[in-house]
Amino acid sequence: MTDSNENQVPADAAPEESATDAASAEMPEGAQPDIVPGEDPPLVEGAESEREIEVEVGEKLVEVKNLTIRFGGLTALDDVSFDIKRGEILGLIGPNGAGKTTCFNAMTGVYKPTSGDVLLEGQSVKGRKQHQITRLGFARTFQNIRLFGEMTALENVVVGLDARHRTSVPGALLRLPRHVREEKSSVDRAMALLDFVGIAQHAQKRSRDLSYGSQRRLEIARALGTDPKLLCLDEPAAGFNPAEKEDLMALIRSIRDEGYTVLLIEHDMKLVMGVTDRIVVLEFGKKIADDLPAAIRNDPRVIAAYLGVPEDDVA
Amino acid sequence: MSTSSDGPRPLPTAESARETIETESIATPRRGPFRGLRERWNEMSRPMQWAWMLPVVAIAYALPFLDFFPLSTSPGNNWSIALFSMAVYALVAVGLNVVVGYAGLLDLGYVAFFAVGQYTAAMFTSPDSPYLKIPYLWTLPAAMVVAMIFGVVLGVPTLRLRGDYLAIVTLGFGEIVRILATIIPAMKGQVGFQNIGRPPGETASGVPIFSNSNGVPWYWLTITILIIVLLLVGNLERSRVGRAFIAIREDEDAAETMGVPTFKYKVWAFAIGASVGGLSGALMAGQIGFVNNQKFDVQTSILFLAAVVLGGTGNKVGAILGGAIVAYIPLRFTAIAEYKYLIFGVALVILMIYRSQGLIPAKMRLMAYSRKAIEWIAPPKPPRVEPPRTSTPSTEGGAS
Repeated sequence: MTDSNENQVPADAAPEESATDAASAEMPEGAQPDIVPGEDPPLVEGAESEREIEVEVGEKLVEVKNLTIRFGGLTALDDVSFDIKRGEILGLIGPNGAGKTTCFNAMTGVYKPTSGDVLLEGQSVKGRKQHQITRLGFARTFQNIRLFGEMTALENVVVGLDARHRTSVPGALLRLPRHVREEKSSVDRAMALLDFVGIAQHAQKRSRDLSYGSQRRLEIARALGTDPKLLCLDEPAAGFNPAEKEDLMALIRSIRDEGYTVLLIEHDMKLVMGVTDRIVVLEFGKKIADDLPAAIRNDPRVIAAYLGVPEDDVA
Repeated sequence: MSTSSDGPRPLPTAESARETIETESIATPRRGPFRGLRERWNEMSRPMQWAWMLPVVAIAYALPFLDFFPLSTSPGNNWSIALFSMAVYALVAVGLNVVVGYAGLLDLGYVAFFAVGQYTAAMFTSPDSPYLKIPYLWTLPAAMVVAMIFGVVLGVPTLRLRGDYLAIVTLGFGEIVRILATIIPAMKGQVGFQNIGRPPGETASGVPIFSNSNGVPWYWLTITILIIVLLLVGNLERSRVGRAFIAIREDEDAAETMGVPTFKYKVWAFAIGASVGGLSGALMAGQIGFVNNQKFDVQTSILFLAAVVLGGTGNKVGAILGGAIVAYIPLRFTAIAEYKYLIFGVALVILMIYRSQGLIPAKMRLMAYSRKAIEWIAPPKPPRVEPPRTSTPSTEGGAS
């Protein structure tokens, strides 16, 4: 990366809360060996300042416990429990109306669970507002793209980054030092993220002028901007052709390699099977399977309930 | 969404997929006759922009002396007082623009804050009021604070509503303030408050500098305040706050999901808008020297809103222009002043058909240091002399 950037990271790590200070200040040095060999230089270096990159796969990151959601008489989710382990890519699949997006919405605070709970590192999302849940470490993209159309791509990502900023009206009015620091670092971090998802060259374009594929990528960059512990992708490949799906799979893998945990809702079986470490299958609001992709592929209940067709047609 | 039409094309390879991303998103030029100007403006460095602003500001200050035929409102209306009222309307529009243009909260009762500002100035300075007296200039911040409190009081219960519902509630609020001014004895209804204070200072002959009949000092005071407000609003715009406002306007749910405390920022938008409204009200009260319960009706709210929409919702320069025009037309063309609502109505309809974004379409800069980003996107064409900075990032762009 550029010189200015290398200097930027410690500078913006320093002002964070004193609790994480010691850990994050070391981050630029400590972070680099963790990057998977063969990957590019640490592209999202700016974004790492608050995140623990030391990922131990296997440790529980998210627990969905007996989650039930009812809308009037309709039970959208019925006593669903599963875990998401740190550093894995978990697929969440199921036929239309199975409750996948409802599950997402419950995790990110859009819906309040009727009963049950969602815990992120032991902290419940219950009673928290959506933006607080985002700060807790959940970030998501939307099934139908929901960017801030009039903003540039760069500004969209910075809105995500702002989730970790603490400047408010007085600081911005008077351009207090923290505001200046946050603004300066956020340009670098946002550009690093845009670069990471591969649309840095479009940073200054209005997001509604971007192509469909770039918009999808921008949504991912914006979600990554909130510095999530869990990134929830809601059908990120919808409307993609096979080549673009291939690219997207590579992107999702490299997101994981950067140390994020990913929850993926997707209809495209090839993509799900190709990229996930584990798959949870929902049907009519109930969990019917939770296993490795290969096992899911051969699970008769899944085939019956979800695929409903011979396996080789789907894969 | 706009994306429905430009879905993906079937492409054989990843290479060509990337190619389309490049070609597809060649920036669609923004519409409007000021486009060239705007682009040139945006390319200028900050000091250059300041340098260009200076003559504009100088002309603004010199306007009271440009009292000649096609421009001036004389003899029908005193030119300097007309200028003052244009400046106040511009200030109002800038404040309302924060609420309507940035945060996208339709406020149909904005005149209420204007009224609160006027009454604050009146009740703290007029001899007709039994309360504590403070020097006039102190009423300006006082009016801002009081109006801000009103903004928060209105905002906290109502900002959970969205769109049309919020508009209706604010409409009601505007009426409530007007009616309160009528029925509360202390507000003195139609009798009103006279001899409202003025800034200190007298000329050699003993006439106060800020007299009610001489608009020039008032105008200068107002545009000075306007410039300060513009700078502060500009600071807000290019910050987390501005981005939060626009994000809320664009998609409130997505904003909340992206970690924007939407409710907090909506209340802030209301409070900021209200305080500017209160400030302009206090200025207006000082110049006229008299406040009663007239003129705080819904039409005035709509007129303020028309100013914002006319100028270009979300653009503070547009708001100034819109506010000034809305005040200027009826004063300049006194013969048609009675029909001003008709004229503005027709003008707005025509504008919405041919230029739905307003006279100066909004494109705000929401980043204080977005120029830094340009260094990232290494432009391939012009060979730059300073090599190490710009070359690397773009080559990594395609890596993922």
